[in-house]
Amino acid sequence: MKVSEIVEKLNLEVYSGQSGLDRGVHGGYSSDLLSDVMGHAEYGDVWTTLQTHKNVIAIASLKEVAAVILVKGYKPEADTIKQSNEEGIPILGTSKETFEINGLLYNLLKK
Amino acid sequence: MRLFSTDLHIHTVLSPCGDLSMSPSNIVERAAAIGLELIAITDHNSTLHGPIVRKLAKKKGIMVLFGVEVTTKEDVHCLCLFEKDKQRMLIQDFLDQNRPEIKNNPDLFGYQLLVNEQEEIIEEIEPLLISGINASIDEVEKIVHQLDGLFIPAHIDRPKYSIISQLGFVPKELKYDALEISKNTSMDTVFKNYSYIKNARFIKSSDAHTLNQIGASKTFLNMDNLSWNEFKMAIQGVEGRGIVLS
Repeated sequence: MKVSEIVEKLNLEVYSGQSGLDRGVHGGYSSDLLSDVMGHAEYGDVWTTLQTHKNVIAIASLKEVAAVILVKGYKPEADTIKQSNEEGIPILGTSKETFEINGLLYNLLKK
Repeated sequence: MRLFSTDLHIHTVLSPCGDLSMSPSNIVERAAAIGLELIAITDHNSTLHGPIVRKLAKKKGIMVLFGVEVTTKEDVHCLCLFEKDKQRMLIQDFLDQNRPEIKNNPDLFGYQLLVNEQEEIIEEIEPLLISGINASIDEVEKIVHQLDGLFIPAHIDRPKYSIISQLGFVPKELKYDALEISKNTSMDTVFKNYSYIKNARFIKSSDAHTLNQIGASKTFLNMDNLSWNEFKMAIQGVEGRGIVLS
């Protein structure tokens, strides 16, 4: 499944990194500790978090995650958006809490 | 020029996790007994115990910096150090304005007490001081430097509430004056694990929550005399001043 299909099906905002909307999604990971994500996220994951710092994109890029979803209406900081555009890793957003969006994602991806 | 013995990370009874013995007068007595010459009072998200500690420490010839260990929005602990009471009050206003409305539960977290010279409780602080404030690490760094303070991410090697645990690595663009390592680690270990920050300046402090922890880990500063300017130069490593870790 592509990032763009997830955006459409879960009605997500696209804040940045539009060039990466074709990336393939193979799974998901959730954590707000970037040190933990660095160790455990995998290629093609969609990563749900409430962290908005620029380091999010550096780690997303390092781990080759497909996209980042910011929960609870959190918005990326200006330099985070810039880096997301440069790296082509989409930052998406939802007003839903992590628990809820993860449930929806899980159901969508397991099909 | 000589080496001055300092501990730049000390909590008081104002921090919920601070031991009840950590009164301003006990801290000063202990610091004097073990030969500390410069200390910073760094409670969680509050500077309110700084002035009384400075007043008591003056009699012992110990210099006290007004400090605070801020918990940023990202849950990163950062030491922020200041010279003047004006700056302390301005950072206190900033902390108060950005504090989330969560009440402390002393049974869970411990008491947050303000005490006087006679060790009488003068106020119990209601909002929980250990929760993250509504300001990012970049915003905190900016205001600290606007107020001519020093900004030092705390215990960067720890697996929780550190810049590395929360943000994965130390962002290259962050304008910190130094990085603090905890008493449980060594520079060798830090360099081995995080070689990309080998050019940073480092301090090591006790993060004392009990009296016997004060000075358990120290930073020695090579300075001409005890003053803010000398302190700043030593942290920044300029004009022949510098840091020597214990």
